[in-house]
Amino acid sequence: MFSFFVIPFCLGVVLLLGISVWKYIRWIRGFDKRQQVIIRRNIWSWRFLPAIWEAFREGLLHWRITKHHLLLGYMHRSLAFGWFLLIVVGAVQAILACPGGHPFYVAIFFNFFEPRSERIVHFAQAPFYANLMDALLIYVLSGLCLAAFKRVWSRPLGMRQTTHHNLIDRIAKLSLWCIFPLRLLAEGATAAIYGNGGFLVTGVGALMAAMGLDNEIFEYHLWVLYSLALGTFFTLMPFTRYMHIFTEIFLIYFRQLGLRETVRKDGYTLFELSACSRCGICIDGCPIHDPLGIHDTQGVYMLQNIRNKDVWKQAERIADNCLVCGRCSTECPVQIDLEGIRRQVRAKGKEAIDKSQSYGYLKSVHPFNAMGRIGYFGGCMSHLTPSITESMERIFRAAGQDYWYMDKERTICCGRPLLQQGFVRQAEELRRRNSELIAQSGVTMLVTSCPICYQSFTKEYHLAIPVMHHSEYIAQLLKEGRLQVTPSEQRIAYHDPCELGRGCGIYEAPRTVLQAVGELQHTRQEREQSLCCGINLGDTVISGTQQAQVRDRAYENLVEGQPDTIATACPMCKKALARGGDTPVRDIAELVAEKMK
Amino acid sequence: MNKIAIIGAGPAGIEAAATLAAQQIEVDLYEQGERPLCNIRDKAFLFPNFAEAREVADRLTAKLDNPRIHLHANSDVDHLTESGDGRWIVNGETYDRVLITTGYRTFDAHRKEELGYGIYRGVHTSLEMEQMLREGKIVNANGDVPQRIAFLQCVGSRDEKTGNLYCSKLCCVTAVKQAIEVRKLIPDAEIFIFYMDLRMWGQHYEELYRQAQQEYGIRFVRGRISEAGGTYDGRVQIKSEDTLMGLPLKITTDLLVLMVGMEPSEGTRKLAEQCRICGDYGFAASADPHLDDNRTTHRGLYVAGACKRPMTLTDAVNDGRSAAVCLMGE
Repeated sequence: MFSFFVIPFCLGVVLLLGISVWKYIRWIRGFDKRQQVIIRRNIWSWRFLPAIWEAFREGLLHWRITKHHLLLGYMHRSLAFGWFLLIVVGAVQAILACPGGHPFYVAIFFNFFEPRSERIVHFAQAPFYANLMDALLIYVLSGLCLAAFKRVWSRPLGMRQTTHHNLIDRIAKLSLWCIFPLRLLAEGATAAIYGNGGFLVTGVGALMAAMGLDNEIFEYHLWVLYSLALGTFFTLMPFTRYMHIFTEIFLIYFRQLGLRETVRKDGYTLFELSACSRCGICIDGCPIHDPLGIHDTQGVYMLQNIRNKDVWKQAERIADNCLVCGRCSTECPVQIDLEGIRRQVRAKGKEAIDKSQSYGYLKSVHPFNAMGRIGYFGGCMSHLTPSITESMERIFRAAGQDYWYMDKERTICCGRPLLQQGFVRQAEELRRRNSELIAQSGVTMLVTSCPICYQSFTKEYHLAIPVMHHSEYIAQLLKEGRLQVTPSEQRIAYHDPCELGRGCGIYEAPRTVLQAVGELQHTRQEREQSLCCGINLGDTVISGTQQAQVRDRAYENLVEGQPDTIATACPMCKKALARGGDTPVRDIAELVAEKMK
Repeated sequence: MNKIAIIGAGPAGIEAAATLAAQQIEVDLYEQGERPLCNIRDKAFLFPNFAEAREVADRLTAKLDNPRIHLHANSDVDHLTESGDGRWIVNGETYDRVLITTGYRTFDAHRKEELGYGIYRGVHTSLEMEQMLREGKIVNANGDVPQRIAFLQCVGSRDEKTGNLYCSKLCCVTAVKQAIEVRKLIPDAEIFIFYMDLRMWGQHYEELYRQAQQEYGIRFVRGRISEAGGTYDGRVQIKSEDTLMGLPLKITTDLLVLMVGMEPSEGTRKLAEQCRICGDYGFAASADPHLDDNRTTHRGLYVAGACKRPMTLTDAVNDGRSAAVCLMGE
């Protein structure tokens, strides 16, 4: 059972396996030391079970993409799961047909060898398998048609923009797209001559014959082309976006083992970079894509640029131009830590720390004995919106809560703005002093008015006390009856701050509070889909005018229902939106303080 | 003779109307408010010679005593449209020529929330300071005589964050003038002026600035105020940086006076948009800033005064007169 046309395919498989294994070994060896410890500790656990389930659900069924858009999910699923089934069912078919064993390529080119080799026997369910294979081929081809359609018009598949691919990706895609039609034609030609195969290929064969094609001549050439397409695709796979097919499975497994992005690029990052399928789902939501026409800094392009090391310099420019609103990470079906990777690029060359000058003041901020009280950390941004901190103080007093306003006089930043810009070590210095101050003061809980600080305290600090954003705290006060408010009829549109919503998953608490003081309106893009206010500290590249353009989008979304008030829970969003138009913008703390009984 | 309408009875509008009337031309002068010159009447004294604002306003208003000037008070101009034959329709009346002199409004200090206006009782705008000066009584939040007063320049001007990149031109000298007046009322108070740079461009301005330092002991600090906070005794704590010394600065003051800049008035914005003569920041644009500063890109439509850009009283009066000459010549 051999024919020369199988050589390109076999060569492709060998190259694919060889290169992939070599790459994976290199990446795994490149893991950060701490990552290696985590792997060793968790490798003998049951965590591989959920990993298998997730790999099946995401790698083959593409569940998250399906949730994003039904048809788009179908397209991805039919290509991945369909092809997977073709391979599996083909292998079973070959095993059943060849009791004496067979070379591995026979399963792929079964229809070619079936009528020619006497070692392939006719088994009882042979017609069933032949028809099943044809049904699967239709399934894959339907996905292929959608994929081609998407290139022309992507909106029906839930995407306004599709990724702009580089040359080698396009060549690989072309070879992938050729595989299945060529298989159909090759099997059709064989069916026309030998009468084997299922309902589809027999029909195609008959059609080819009816069109006057001499299948005797074409058949072999078609099988050669089919094998060449496979071989080309497999050879290119490790160097293109199609590397994600295997890499995603590894990434899912590592993530289940407990690995996360560290401050520096390491082996795990390389897995994440290659796990990106460049599906482009991250593009549409990006707040600087449409309004500002910045088309090369979205997650997919950032990862692509880091993977192609030769344009590393550009990667820095790309990494800097991002609001870090987290929209793309939320949408990413592979759940790649885009923010973490962006921070790694930003951190390049920023390790040096100037302790002599810039950090001298840290020691001059003294702790205060606030044993048993709660700590209130307004945050730098809330100092620029004093109506928020004033309202919070009124709320504390009304609830009879003893508090210590820890950054009233002298402020140490929570460190997150520095961290976002890649100043990892510098941020650490600030966190250390703040942690000391909090521990020494003896406060029992920390309440903060700024979602940036909140995210920092909950994720980057390791405090022994609970931390609450003021929206959660007020919601709790209302629930416990320690604070009473008079409801009103004012219509309120709520803006989800990126750092509080997507960043920390707090969507309900602010809404509960707002429902108590007014009538909460729905907006078209809210919760996970909320739009960035534009002055997030993440982006140091865009200008004030461009920030205003980003803000206008968010503002328009909020005022669509003509609310009396726009409410938000972030001092920065408040400042940004207040400049957007005439509708008053208030923090939820202000609205509550105003309506307190 | 042609029918002429002037929209806005401020210095530019009144001067233009008076100039035209002196040439026996009938003028309809529309004013949104009850009385003309409201932006002058809320001042106490005028820089640089400390003339009494009311007295100047009365002299200007007296120019309206002319039977050819028909003042329409309390009439807001909602619609200004081109009739099609090169004429203009103002509130239903057709005119051959229209002069827009709708002027400015001051920047709303609430928009700079970090400065605490509307939140702390010790924070005032320069307009409120002017009112206290008019009444001759300056008090802090507790009703006492203030011991320390800080003025902050460039609130809502030269500020990227509020979107106003331009200089309002006359706040510098206004703060110096107000500081001197405060000194005359409270001889022992500490008075600070926080500035980015002082633009003493007009006649006698520089001398006034020198006097303020030498004779009146007013202290000038180069630095913006980043934030204001309240203290328990109703005073205002301000954080700034003395950029000449290179040191951060934190002081507590009884009063913080925000020198609010000039923005196009509602009327200016509305009419500029309706007539498609929008300039920068919502101001109205003339045809050419050098040689044709009163005509616009539309025939029969003219602009004068602070609806074009920040302007002092003197400049606005001169511009109104020049617009009148322009109107007569056509």
